[in-house]
Amino acid sequence: MATATAPRTADDEAYQRTFDAAVAADERIEPRDWMPDAYRATLVRQIAQHAHSEIIGMQPEANWITRAPSLRRKAILMAKVQDEAGHGLYLYSAAETLGVGRDELLDKLHSGRQKYSSIFNYPTLTWADVGAIGWLVDGAAITNQVPLCRCSYGPYARAMVRVCKEESFHQRQGYELLLALSRGTPGQHAMAQDAVDRWWWPSLMMFGPPDDESAHSAQSTAWKIKRHSNDELRQRFVDICVPQAKSLGLTLPDPDLRWNEERGHHDFGPIDWTEFKEVIKGNGPCNEERITQRRRAHDEGAWVREAAAAHAAKHSGTAAAHTGGRTEKEVGQA
Amino acid sequence: MTNTDWPLWEVFVRSRRGLSHTHAGSLHAPDAEFALRNARDLYTRRGEGVSIWVVPSSAVTASSPDEKDPFFEPSADKPYRHPTFYEIPEGVQHL
Ligand SMILES: [Fe+2]
Ligand SMILES: [Fe+2]
Repeated sequence: MATATAPRTADDEAYQRTFDAAVAADERIEPRDWMPDAYRATLVRQIAQHAHSEIIGMQPEANWITRAPSLRRKAILMAKVQDEAGHGLYLYSAAETLGVGRDELLDKLHSGRQKYSSIFNYPTLTWADVGAIGWLVDGAAITNQVPLCRCSYGPYARAMVRVCKEESFHQRQGYELLLALSRGTPGQHAMAQDAVDRWWWPSLMMFGPPDDESAHSAQSTAWKIKRHSNDELRQRFVDICVPQAKSLGLTLPDPDLRWNEERGHHDFGPIDWTEFKEVIKGNGPCNEERITQRRRAHDEGAWVREAAAAHAAKHSGTAAAHTGGRTEKEVGQA
Repeated sequence: MTNTDWPLWEVFVRSRRGLSHTHAGSLHAPDAEFALRNARDLYTRRGEGVSIWVVPSSAVTASSPDEKDPFFEPSADKPYRHPTFYEIPEGVQHL
């Protein structure tokens, strides 16, 4: 797949017109279609960052698997963390259709050349954080991801459909967990409130910088990768969360939060973007820990990958014959 | 570090009996057996399938998107292949 920039030819112009027409007609662009180099590069950056976020996002919650308060909660949490691994894999596959390799992507994550969502650089201090993450962090992710199901790049859109189906369980288990704590002892209630207080603002930052400062928004919107602006999605999320917080019996940590009859939306207070930028720069509470842990997991898993590859090489003859026969039989029945 | 470039596999899942296998996505695995296991873990965590095929991506031959028009053209100019092409007098039933 050529990504080098060559002088534009008449063919390129024709390809560009076909591409523009497909995007304008709301058709999907598929891997082997011609696409502008910048479109490809934007998608690789966005999908890779999204994939990295899914697998780094396993860490803050996995911290609590061994300390889950019941077998039921433990099984739920393991299933959720496993789902996040799956989301990462769907997304890495989607990125690979654009001509980048899996190893290359992981390498860029490990060396800090590609980013992941800064939300995962905050620590999970108590069990209630698992609930707050499910409700608010997965909730914000869903708000961001639902419009991506109609993104112009086919493999990304299809991965998002699968992810969104699974996210709804993530959000609901978090909400249920918080509700149990909120209705529990005063100490449990306070723990739930404290978690919401700490996760609320970082969750609002997940929608990215305000529209007037968002560097790539206009082009991504024109390409129909992005369907709504950052501020639009953030507002949607706030409006959804306010009544949900009320049902939880918890408050949101914003004195300026109130219904605005005229706008038909909730007003909310200013976001501390200096904090956001600091965390992105690498100065969040857990940046170092997350990447170190990721690298260690990768390095410590090397022998498994090597052993599997050696086993495959050793048995390639017999294994191929065996499964080949089985598949053929089934094909015959299809 | 050694090369960990496991080959890519395309995964097809039959969601239930009576339906054909449909493409679910792709994954990396060292061999067919691992590909099947990984596919089970990745694409059927919620009972999405009763049967899985895995095929090395390198074994797939695809039509080129560049020759889309001429390649599929033979089917475009044969409206008589569709039942709606034919005019049947009103009142004629079961046809
Ligand atoms: Fe996820
Ligand atoms: Fe999730």
